[in-house]
This record gives sequence, structure tokens and C-alpha cells, in this order.
Amino acid sequence: MKKSRFSYIVGALFILVVLAIILFRPLPILFYEGLPFIPFLKRAFYILIFSCILCLYRIFKGPTSADRAVTIDMLGVLIVGFCAIIGISTGRSWYIDIAIAWALQSFIATLALAKFLEGKSFDD
Amino acid sequence: MKSKIVLFILANFIWILLNWIPDSQHLLIGLLVSLVVVCLTGDLFVKRVHLFNHPVRYLWFLYYIPVFIWECFKANIDVAYRVIHPDLPIHPGIVKVKTALRSDTAITFLANSITLTPGTLSVDVDKENGFLYVHWIEVKNKNVDKATELIVARFESILKRIFE
Amino acid sequence: MINIIGIVFISIGLFFDFVGCLGLVRLPDVYNRLQASTKCITLGTCSILFGAFIIHGFEAAGIKALLCMVFLILTSPVSAHALARGAHKSGVKLWSKSVVDKYAEDGN
Repeated sequence: MKKSRFSYIVGALFILVVLAIILFRPLPILFYEGLPFIPFLKRAFYILIFSCILCLYRIFKGPTSADRAVTIDMLGVLIVGFCAIIGISTGRSWYIDIAIAWALQSFIATLALAKFLEGKSFDD
Repeated sequence: MKSKIVLFILANFIWILLNWIPDSQHLLIGLLVSLVVVCLTGDLFVKRVHLFNHPVRYLWFLYYIPVFIWECFKANIDVAYRVIHPDLPIHPGIVKVKTALRSDTAITFLANSITLTPGTLSVDVDKENGFLYVHWIEVKNKNVDKATELIVARFESILKRIFE
Repeated sequence: MINIIGIVFISIGLFFDFVGCLGLVRLPDVYNRLQASTKCITLGTCSILFGAFIIHGFEAAGIKALLCMVFLILTSPVSAHALARGAHKSGVKLWSKSVVDKYAEDGN
């Protein structure tokens, strides 16, 4: 019990430090001029990148292969959100096309991974 | 034949949405491509065409959407509370519930709704006997009937009116 | 005004994405992780796409964002279901403090 409380406090402090970095050092990327909310979007990327880093931690640590399959599925859905935000911030609408294609593709990939976990061949 | 017509209309609708503000060339290519798709798939996609004839079903479907969105939002608040709480207040387990729905589409929609509502995730379907195996993050009752009342009952009455 | 509403939706989506990934790290078991991450990340990404729809309006990009939202809501529970079934068949045990496992009792 003591140990879990300690690790919770360490994790919360780590997240607070990252949020402070997000607030005070926005991402230096060229953006589409003419939008009134560019400072917000510069910080939105940081949160998605940090979520992806948490997912990569689970892929690195995961005890079974099922954990890794779950995380790969979730990374696919996160990248759809990434594409939507890039599409808003650069003003190029074809990023949404990439989002649709990525959603369908990652769905099929996840079904194939699930079949593989189940121990069947791909025919049945 | 009727199912092919329904599939043709659906494919054209999605094509028009995909390149919005359609002009004549896009529409022509869409018609050709959806003809090829209809010839290839045939009756696989829409099996019971007579369901599309009743306007009452569309109204119940429109009622189902806000119920679903509200349950989904509650589920997210619930999961966020459980994840952020320091002690992780979870008592997980896999319970068995029974359903009265029989058709494929209805069971698929029921399993999807169970997955996106508070604390539950459907693991497997036993279609012959009408049982669903549900992973529950906070098991309140192990009994089959009580669990059915708590999990399935709020969607089953609506879905029965839409798909059966 | 429309931009502000869109930004509110995008920030709700970012919060839920982050909570979902945190649940992926904190929870003790494949099935619990699958629950938290499926619900939170699906609704978070759908909320981001809805914000994109509100900011773009009824143009090409906005309608594509709505379509992508519908695809995600239809497909992601199915893939979660398939992954849970595959994990159980491949022999992943439930968490040691789990209450009941009717699926293993019925001999699947």
C-alpha cells in the first residue's frame, strides 16, 4: 500500500512537470497564418505526443503480447486525432482523408492481430 | 434484387459525402464504382430488406442516438474517475448475461453499446442460447438475472423495436 | 464564437485521450486496460473530430470529419471485442483480485 502511494505521487509530479513545460514552451513549428487560436494548437500537440509516449511505455513493458496488440490499436486511433489537428492548424484539408484511410486500415490490422492471438490461421 | 438497390443507394450516398460539392464527373465515376461493388457483394450486406419499409423504426433509431451519446459520456466520466483515483477502486470480473435478441445486426449493435457504456466490455457471444459474456469493471451482482437487469435492459427494449 | 465552441470540444477530446493513455499504464490487467483505453480514446478522438467539423463548417473537410467519426464509433468496439476474445483464448489470466470468471467456468 505504501509503495503504491509513493509511485502515485511520483507519477503525478512527473505529469505536473510535463504540463508546466507544455504551458511555457510551445512547439516551434510553422503554422497557418490567419487563425486566431494558434497558441492553443501549439500546446495541443504536446498532449498527444505525451499520450503516445505513455503508449510506447506500455509496448516496452507489457507482460503479454495481448497488451502490445491493445496498445497498437490505441496508437492507431490516436494518430487519427493527430491528423485532424494537423488538418486544422495547417489549413490543408486533405489531412482528413489520411485520417479516414488510417482508421479503416488500423481496424483491419487489429482484426488480423486478434486472429493471430486466438491461434487460428487467417483462413477461418 | 431489392437488397442490391438498397446497397447501391447507400454506396452512392457515402461516395457523395466523401467528395462533397459533387460535380458531374464525380457522380458518373461514383455510379460506375458502386455498380461494380453491388455486382461483387450481392446479397451479403443487406439481408432483410423489409426492415427498411417501416418509418417507425427510423424514429426509434433517432431516439436511440441521444440515449447512446449520454451513456457514452457517463462511461467516460466514470473511467476517468477510476483511473485518476489513487487507490484504483476496481473489482473486475466476467459475468454472464442473457438477451432476447436473435438477429445478427441487433446482437452486433447490443455488443457495441455494451462496450461503450459504463464499466462493461463484451467478450464473447453465444448465439444459440442467447448469452453474452461481459467483462465488468465493478461487479455488483454475480447472478445472471440481476446482471441482465443492470447491464442489458436499458438498450434491449429500444433495439428490439428497431431491428426485430 | 464558432471557433471557441470547436476549441472547447477539442480540449475535452485531448483530456479524455490523455486519461485513456494513463489508464493504459496504470491499470493491472489486459481487460481493464482494454476497457479504459477503448472508451476514453474513442470518445476523445471523436470529440476532436467533432471540433474539427465545427471549425471547418459544412465544407469538404468538415463532412469528411463527420464520416470519420461514424467509422470510428462503428469499428472500435468491434476491434476491442475481437482483442478481448483473442486474449482470453490465448490464455491470458484475469487479475489476481478478480471477483468472478464465468467465461472460464463455462469451459470456453
